[in-house]
Amino acid sequence: MKTWSLVSICVLLGVVVRWGVSLNSYSGAGKPPMFGDYEAQRHWQEVTYNLPLQEWYFNTTDNDLNYWGLDYPPLTAYHSWICAYVAKIINPDWVELHKSRGYESPTHKLFMRTTVLVADLLIYIPAVVLYCLYLTDGSSKKKISTLLCFLLYPGLILTDYGHFQYNGVSLGFALWGILALGLGWDVSGSMAFSLALNYKQMELYHALPFFCYLMGKCIKAGPMGRGLFLLVRIAATVLATFALCWLPFLSDPSQALQVVRRIFPVARGLFEDKVANTWCSLNTLIKIRSILSGDSQLYLSLACTFLAVLPSSFRLLTKPTFWHFKLALVNSSLAFFLFSYQVHEKSILLAALPVCLLLNDLPLIAIWFLQASTFSMLPLFLKDGLLVPYVVTSLAFLFFSLYLLSALDHCSEDELRMGAYNKLLFFLPKMDLACVVRWKFYISVAVMAVLSIVSIALVPPPHLPDLFPVLVSTTAFLHFFGTFVYFNVVQFSEPPSRKSQKKNN
Amino acid sequence: ILVYDQNNLSWSRSYLKFIVLQIYNLHSTDFEVHRNWLAITHSLPVSRWYHENTSEWTLDYPPLFAWFEFGLSHVAQHFDRNMLQVENLNYASPSTVLFQRLSVIFTDVVFIYAAKECCRCVQEQKGSRDVLNRPSFVLAVLLLWNFGLLIVDHIHFQYNGFLFGVLLLSVAKHLQSQHLQGALLFAILLNLKHIYLYVAPAYGIYLLRSYCFTQDNKDGSIRWMSFSPLRLLALGSIVVSVCALSFGPFIAMGQLPQVLSRLFPFKRGLCHAYWAPNIWALYNVLDKGLAVLGVRLKLLEEAELPRASMTGGLVQEFQHSVLLSVSPSATLVCTLLSILPAVASIWLRPCGARGFLRCLLLCALGSFMFGWHVHEKAVLIAILPLSILAVESREDARIFLVLTTTGHYSLFPLLFTPTERPVKVSLMLMFTIFSFTALRKLHSGQGPLLRPLEVVYLLGLVVVAIACEVVFPLSPWQQRLPFLPLLATSVYCSVGVCYSFLRLYVRLLQRDDKPKQL
Repeated sequence: MKTWSLVSICVLLGVVVRWGVSLNSYSGAGKPPMFGDYEAQRHWQEVTYNLPLQEWYFNTTDNDLNYWGLDYPPLTAYHSWICAYVAKIINPDWVELHKSRGYESPTHKLFMRTTVLVADLLIYIPAVVLYCLYLTDGSSKKKISTLLCFLLYPGLILTDYGHFQYNGVSLGFALWGILALGLGWDVSGSMAFSLALNYKQMELYHALPFFCYLMGKCIKAGPMGRGLFLLVRIAATVLATFALCWLPFLSDPSQALQVVRRIFPVARGLFEDKVANTWCSLNTLIKIRSILSGDSQLYLSLACTFLAVLPSSFRLLTKPTFWHFKLALVNSSLAFFLFSYQVHEKSILLAALPVCLLLNDLPLIAIWFLQASTFSMLPLFLKDGLLVPYVVTSLAFLFFSLYLLSALDHCSEDELRMGAYNKLLFFLPKMDLACVVRWKFYISVAVMAVLSIVSIALVPPPHLPDLFPVLVSTTAFLHFFGTFVYFNVVQFSEPPSRKSQKKNN
Repeated sequence: ILVYDQNNLSWSRSYLKFIVLQIYNLHSTDFEVHRNWLAITHSLPVSRWYHENTSEWTLDYPPLFAWFEFGLSHVAQHFDRNMLQVENLNYASPSTVLFQRLSVIFTDVVFIYAAKECCRCVQEQKGSRDVLNRPSFVLAVLLLWNFGLLIVDHIHFQYNGFLFGVLLLSVAKHLQSQHLQGALLFAILLNLKHIYLYVAPAYGIYLLRSYCFTQDNKDGSIRWMSFSPLRLLALGSIVVSVCALSFGPFIAMGQLPQVLSRLFPFKRGLCHAYWAPNIWALYNVLDKGLAVLGVRLKLLEEAELPRASMTGGLVQEFQHSVLLSVSPSATLVCTLLSILPAVASIWLRPCGARGFLRCLLLCALGSFMFGWHVHEKAVLIAILPLSILAVESREDARIFLVLTTTGHYSLFPLLFTPTERPVKVSLMLMFTIFSFTALRKLHSGQGPLLRPLEVVYLLGLVVVAIACEVVFPLSPWQQRLPFLPLLATSVYCSVGVCYSFLRLYVRLLQRDDKPKQL
């Protein structure tokens, strides 16, 4: 069948699933006084439309920063402004200053959900389609299968269309950047990534791989001459993009500083709520938060993050190929997620995106990780009343991806690139690696299923009210840590076969 | 591999249904209808089932369906006992909604099984092909992902998947030459929903001609000597026993007239509120047009014209102003006349099981075209069996594409809220893209599949769609003529449906080369 028709069918299916999920509840629905992320987005529309630009990030009488103050970079603010403009045309009550606080209605929900869908259709979905068609290898059927699985990844759908956020925009821009870099358009790629950074500061998780890859490319092209020229062009593009986005705020240095202060709040603790990273999991055994002071917590996490991200970045710097770039993206975002300061559960999406890029190359591990990432956000989804979408989309994703990508068939040692493992663990008896991996996968999925059912059906004992979220996050942490180690090993092992390497370069 | 694919298609269908299930947080009246029937069958004794009228949605399906609801109600009581109280009108707790929707999804299994059976009947063409291009795979997708069925079953809430499953299964059995099973299934179907009486002539004549008369003369004409009373007896006993099982208790209690009056209410209007795209839609428009013209040309007095309320309300009667008014018996006569040639054709020149299928299609379409108070979703009775023929022959594929696209588009007005719009548009596009590309690939090599006129018509459909969905709500006529999009949709689609009807007739009446199969 013609590729375009299959592609359009996949995209339409993705749209149907997204819209289906969006008809469920959102975060903070009907929960005054603070509500949730949905109200935060609506409030930002209110603030950006009614107040002058200079007041957006400041605490004034009209703008109470304690009630969902803006804490994303300017591009989010501009996006909210555009949405508010449309909202004003449809129904001014939605963005009435002060009066529209906590506004909830079916029409408004429809409007907000539509803005998410429109943003996705314009930015995220085209990037996914182009990536799957042009930067993955295999037959066209394989590409279409990858596309379908990529689009059906539950974590992003549930967060954006259920909980309510605009991750599709920032991840979409980042994906455009990756796409451009993969096709060799370094300057455009850096511009796209700068846009992503200016939309959500958490894209910094991906910044180091971009930097190392481009730097490595420049060095390879010759430190004098072409390499330097490329470096200058990239630097100029990045600076220009930043300047353009921050232009209104650059007139007054205190403005810019306030924005920075809002988007990097260092006053908060090591972690908030239950997150599947090292510190939270460690906290169950040793109460770090009470042992160490605030400052030493900050330094500890900085040091650990730096150490964790160093190997893969260095490897990328020395071998700037697209394959290593993808792996470094995974490693870097996982390192930041596991060891960084003030990490939110939703940040796992920043690691999930690069793993989606590897659906084609390492299907089983990718699917495994993506499922675990969705599972790690289960407490959040339960709080938002997204139980049925979670179950349905996760099951469907597992089912479709395992079947379409034949993940369980491609488990040989070579395909999983586990040769290095065998060398490292030479002292262990020789086992059939494929079989072991498959069984580990089954057990892991079973554990996740059991924990999901338990979290839903049972009531925790009164002296351990957070038992289930803690169990969920520790299990997820183990998965993430294991994946982190695995991808680091893969990055340091032999590159893939010649055929695919040619295409990737 | 093929079986694996069909399994996956089935799962993907269920997945889609679950997702679509999220949509209906607002529900149609059918939801309350079925809840009411669950309550009636569970709480009241059998003698009161067809007399009960606390709610306006009285039991108007045959008794076997009532027994089916009775069985469901036993599962329902574990979800929420309150839904089974007859007095709880419009009761819709979350567990009630969940139960109802799950029941539709589970009974859908029948449809999935039927689709598998149909795929087994399809003649495979020679040559190794990519899985995506095999006729049976294409048929599986066309059936399991049928847009009309997804929309109607989930968003409109009825057990159509289940009922169509039984119909398709009976057709499949006939195609596989297991006629007794096919007859049994059809008898069950009739007792589940009597609307299928429309296609009963096809079954009756086909079985009588091709099953009871075991042999034919060389030239195809009937050989009276080969009549087999045994077979007739077998068929008769099957039908009678099924009917006895379902109607028996009511006949014993002497309630048969009451039951029949519930099953056949003729008080409703000629056209359903949303104007199924059949002949009467065109007739109404012609009437209205002539009336307006007459007033303009001063031939008629405006005051003389009856207040035409055919466009308002759900079940109102109206009268035509210029042309003759149409009564239920007139529609019945028209329907019978329209299906007579088809039925006669399979009596005089039987073409085996596929000829029977064509006759069934024509009966279904004929009753759709000329019937009384036809609902748009009745077009699915024609579309689903036509899929089987479409993957086998080129001509049928062409008719299928026209009929399906117009038939599915005519279902659009059933979903009118903005919330449902992205879903219905996306699903429709998905199905249309797939059917066009798959059928074109399947029947490639002999020039373009559709004639230019058909292409123009279908493109015009897109124009009408954009006009009705996007342009009209923003235009100044929104207030004055709110029914205009419905009118436009119905009229435009009825042209397509009429065209398909005529083409199918031509196909049947041409001498087919297929030998009789029995």
